[in-house]
This record gives sequence, C-alpha cells and structure tokens, in this order.
Amino acid sequence: MTALRVWLGDPNPASRRQARLGQLWLAWRRIRRNRLAMAGLVIVAVLLVVAAFAPWIAPHDPLVQDLSRRLLPPGTPGNLLGTDDFGRDILSRIIFGARITLYIIALVAVTAPVLGLLIGTVAGYFGGWVDATLMRLTDIFLAFPRLILALALVAVLGPGIENAVLAIALTAWPPYARVARAETLTVRSSDYIAAIRLQGASAARIIAGHVVPMCLPSVIIRVTLDMAGVILIAAGLGFLGLGVLPPTPEWGLMISSGRKFLFEQWWVATMPGLAIFIVSLGFNLLGDGLRDVLDPRSASR
Amino acid sequence: MTSLPSPAPDRQFTRLLGQIGYGLAALAITLLGLMLVTFLIGRVVPTDPVLSIVGERATPAQIAAIREKLGLDLPLWQQFFIYVRDAVQGDLGNSIRTGKSVTSEIARYFPATLELATLGTIFGTLVGVPAGVLAATRPGSLADQIVRVVGLMGYSMPVFWLGLIGLLVFYGQLDWVSGPGRLDPTYDMMMEFTLTTYTGMILIDAALNGAWDVFGNAVSHIILPAGLLGYVSMAYISRMTRSFMMNELGQEYITTARVKGMPEWRVIWVHAMKNVLVPLITVIALSYAYLLEGSVLTETIFAWPGLGSYITDALFANDMPAVLGGTVVVGVVFVTLNMASDILYRLVDPRARI
Repeated sequence: MTALRVWLGDPNPASRRQARLGQLWLAWRRIRRNRLAMAGLVIVAVLLVVAAFAPWIAPHDPLVQDLSRRLLPPGTPGNLLGTDDFGRDILSRIIFGARITLYIIALVAVTAPVLGLLIGTVAGYFGGWVDATLMRLTDIFLAFPRLILALALVAVLGPGIENAVLAIALTAWPPYARVARAETLTVRSSDYIAAIRLQGASAARIIAGHVVPMCLPSVIIRVTLDMAGVILIAAGLGFLGLGVLPPTPEWGLMISSGRKFLFEQWWVATMPGLAIFIVSLGFNLLGDGLRDVLDPRSASR
Repeated sequence: MTSLPSPAPDRQFTRLLGQIGYGLAALAITLLGLMLVTFLIGRVVPTDPVLSIVGERATPAQIAAIREKLGLDLPLWQQFFIYVRDAVQGDLGNSIRTGKSVTSEIARYFPATLELATLGTIFGTLVGVPAGVLAATRPGSLADQIVRVVGLMGYSMPVFWLGLIGLLVFYGQLDWVSGPGRLDPTYDMMMEFTLTTYTGMILIDAALNGAWDVFGNAVSHIILPAGLLGYVSMAYISRMTRSFMMNELGQEYITTARVKGMPEWRVIWVHAMKNVLVPLITVIALSYAYLLEGSVLTETIFAWPGLGSYITDALFANDMPAVLGGTVVVGVVFVTLNMASDILYRLVDPRARI
C-alpha cells in the first residue's frame, strides 16, 4: 500500500501511465479534503447502490396495492415512510423510483454531451461559416426555455420515459457545444495539432483522437452539474403527467398523485420530493467539488 | 496603452450603434430559427388540425376545403412563410379549444406571469446581492458556508415540491397567507366588475384604483409563490455575486483604496460594486428570464392564471396553436431579455465598447 502511494506520488514518473495515474491520485486527494464534495459523492454512490439492489432493499413490492392499509402515516410498523392512496409502501416506491431516475439521467448523460461535443468540436475546428452556422443553431436552442421546449416536444411525441429523455437531451446539448467549442479554439492552433496534420491525419481523426480528449474534463464537470437540473426537469415532466406513466414509481409522478390530499396526508407528496432534493443536491455538491479540483481556471478557494 | 488615441465620442457612438445593429440582426435570425422549430414541431404533431375542426364524419370535399382554407395544401416552406408573416403581425392563429385568437388570450394571461416573475426577481436581488457580498467578504466563515449551502439547496430543490410544502406550512398549518389563485372569489368579482383594468397586474391596478382591500388580498396571495421564485433566483444571484465580488476584491485598486484609509463599506459597496454590477446585470436578466419560464410549474401549484398555466392547460387539451404560440412568446421574451442585458452591459461597461 505504501509502495503504491510512493509510486503514485513520484514526482518523476517513469511511464505515461504512472504520470496519468499519479495525476488522478492527486485529484482524488484534493477531492477527499473537500467535505461537501465527499458528501455529494456518498449520495450519488448510495443512489447507485439503491438502484442496483432495489428488489433486495425494498421491504415491499412497489406495485402491490393493499386497500386496507391505505394512507398510513410514517412510522407505521412495516411501512417506515407510510403508504399512499392505494396502500402501496412509499419507501419501496421511492427505492424503485431510484432506478427510473438513474435510467433517465444515464440516457441523457450519454446522448446530450456526445451531440454537444460533436457540434462544438466541429464548429471550433473548422471555423468560418461552419462555425457561424452551427453556433447560430446552438444559440437558437439555447434561447429556448428548456422546460417549455421539453413540454412542447413531449406533447408532440406523446408521454413516456423514452420521449421524456429525448426531449430533455434535445434541450440539454447546447451548453456542451459551447464548452467544447471554446476548448477546441484554444487547442486548434497548438503545435501538436499542427504536427498531426502534417502527418496527414484526416479532420475526423484529429477531432476524435486529439481534440475531444482535451474537451473531456470540462464536459465531465458540466455533466455532473447538469445532472441535478436533468433530475429536476424529469421530475417536473413527471409531475405534469408528461413523463413516465402510472403506476410506475417515478418520483415526480408520486408527488403529483399525493397532491390531492396534501393537507390531510402530507407525507404522500413530501417524501418523494425529499428523495429528488437529496439526489439532486448530491450531484450539485459533487459537481461543485469536481470543478474546484479539476478546473484550474476556477481557483476560487 | 495610454499612447493609443481614444476614438472621438461621436465615433464611439456610431460603433455602439453598429454593435446594437449587429445584435438586432442576430436577434432576428435567432427568432426566425425559434419559429422554425416551433413550426416544425406543430407540423409533425400526430393530431390532424383539420379533423378537429370538421369532425369525424366529414366528406373528403369538406376536408379538402378546410385544408385549403388553413393553407395546408401549400408546400411546407410557403406555410412557414405565411406563419412568420402572420406572427410578425401579431397573429399566432386561433386556439382550438376556444376558437379565439391566441395572441389576445396570451395578452390576458401574461400580466399575471409578469407580476409574479418581477416580484420574484426583486426578492431574489434584494436578498441575493447582500448575501453574496457578505459571503465574499468573509470567505470560509460561517456566513459564507450558510450562503453557499442555502444557495445549493435552492439549485437542488424541485420548485413544485417546495411550493407544495409552502402551501402545507404557511397556508394549511399556520394560515399566514392565502391559498392558490390571485384573489379571493369576492375580490375577484370586484376586480372584474367595479375596478378599471390598467395593466392586468392586480397589485398595480388595485393601487391605481385606490382599492387597498383588494391590494391587501392580492399581496396575501402572491407573497408565497413570489417568495418561492425569489428563493430560486436568490440562490443563483447570491452565488454569482459572491464569485464576482471575490474576483474584484483581489484586484489592486481595492488594495489602493484600503491603503488610502477608505472605510471598508465604501470600498465594497462603491468601488468594487461598480465593477461587480456589470456582469451582475446579465445574471439578473438571465434569472428574470428563467423565472418567466420556470413559472410553468409554480403556476400549476398555485392555480396562477398565467402563461405557464395557459401552456400546460392547452397541452392537455391538445390545443397545439395555443401551446406553440405560448412557446414562441416565452422564447421571444427570453431572447429579448438576453439581448437587452447585452446592450445594457455595453452601456455600463466602458471596456466593452472597444
């Protein structure tokens, strides 16, 4: 263990891999000192574990109704967070809801940044009218209020989880394109790019192999920070009845169904909202910490 | 840099005009693109606008007649051209639900949203700026931590959930504020029949009429949703103020001012603030635009008859012209606010004029 630590902390790395791993280790040490970021990491890790092992963690089936046990308050033996209007266990529904949330953010995280990276790097690398056209397109999508564009898209496509993801991804890519373009502009004229070009590499190869990796750190930070917003928009769509269809245990949808008896049985609407809040806070804390550690420009502390 | 001759004042002015002209051209292109997107969304919608007008049992001849009347037989680019031409003249089509013009309906709903978002932005600025300054002047202190955590919480909370909790606590339990809606039904009647409408914003209209009981009732209704939106914008504004202010306080002119023995409040609120204000204008404008949009969910919770409610209601009635009209209006407001903050930025910051 100590040998490994010495190897990682070696100021004169012998190989590229040692240098890269050493950098990662240093970043990790800096994150570990940031207590808020660690709290965020723990929350995200708990979300992953809960989603992965939902059937084993949840005390009840999230879909089975028991009308003799409807609207029980939190703390009832067997139903820690109470039950909803169909007698379903709220805790179990929140636990299974973690899967839906994770599914949505995972799909958005693999689509929107890829689209944004593609458009941003191409615009930045080629410049000229390609840049002008693509950036104007980005501005148009950026000008659209996200939630409202997502609403209009879901209205056209019809409600459902895939359509909600598509709508969110279509509204989420422009910031990534901006970030990627800015990064591309800074590396475009560097010597190593010129060297590869002189070797006869094609534009596609240069962009994919040598420009995109330079953009990745800033894009990853943005993804983490963006996930909190994605969770909120997905929950908003679910709340409006435009996301996942009932009886699927989606958090936003659960709040909306609990709204009918908010004043009598407050816990039905409150508990899933707490889950949304905690998870989104987790991503925000983690993203904030990552930015402080990985982004040299924001040396704010 | 002092050796460079500074351009004559009139040339500076022409340059500013040129930049504004360029900005307006960019604005026009953005708006055109915005309308193209909504137009295309409207065309791929699976519900047939003709069927909803003529009904299921229309003859093919009737359907063809309506199609022609709506211009649906024309090529797509011509349809888009007509759509833009009409929209520029303020015609966004007719609502399928009510048959009335979408523009006039939006004009009726919009003041409610404007009132709410404006009040929210005022709250957010009044609390957010001092909080951000406080955090920036004492980095790492307890106050800084509190501002940071409260801000992050605002970023992470689902607005509609917070609204429900607010209703539960302040309306259901404590009974400090009035519930959903803009006014109690009795005052609503009064507003409708005995008072003159000037702006459609109840607070202003009631005050202009001198109807202070209506005003008081309106305040008790708006305070919760506006406070909610204010919290969301405060989270954003305080965070940005903190980082701008930290940046300024590290500059040398601040040290100079301190060395001269200037009182600290003057260093912060006069010298540093002058420079912080420049980027802050953009931030406040952005947050204002965001509140106009973000009111969709808030308006649903508080039964607030604004643009957000209008769009969502239209959505569930499959009233596409109303949905798209609302979307275009929100988009236009969004883009215009951005543009306005950009111009203001140039006016306030002499460096941006170069």
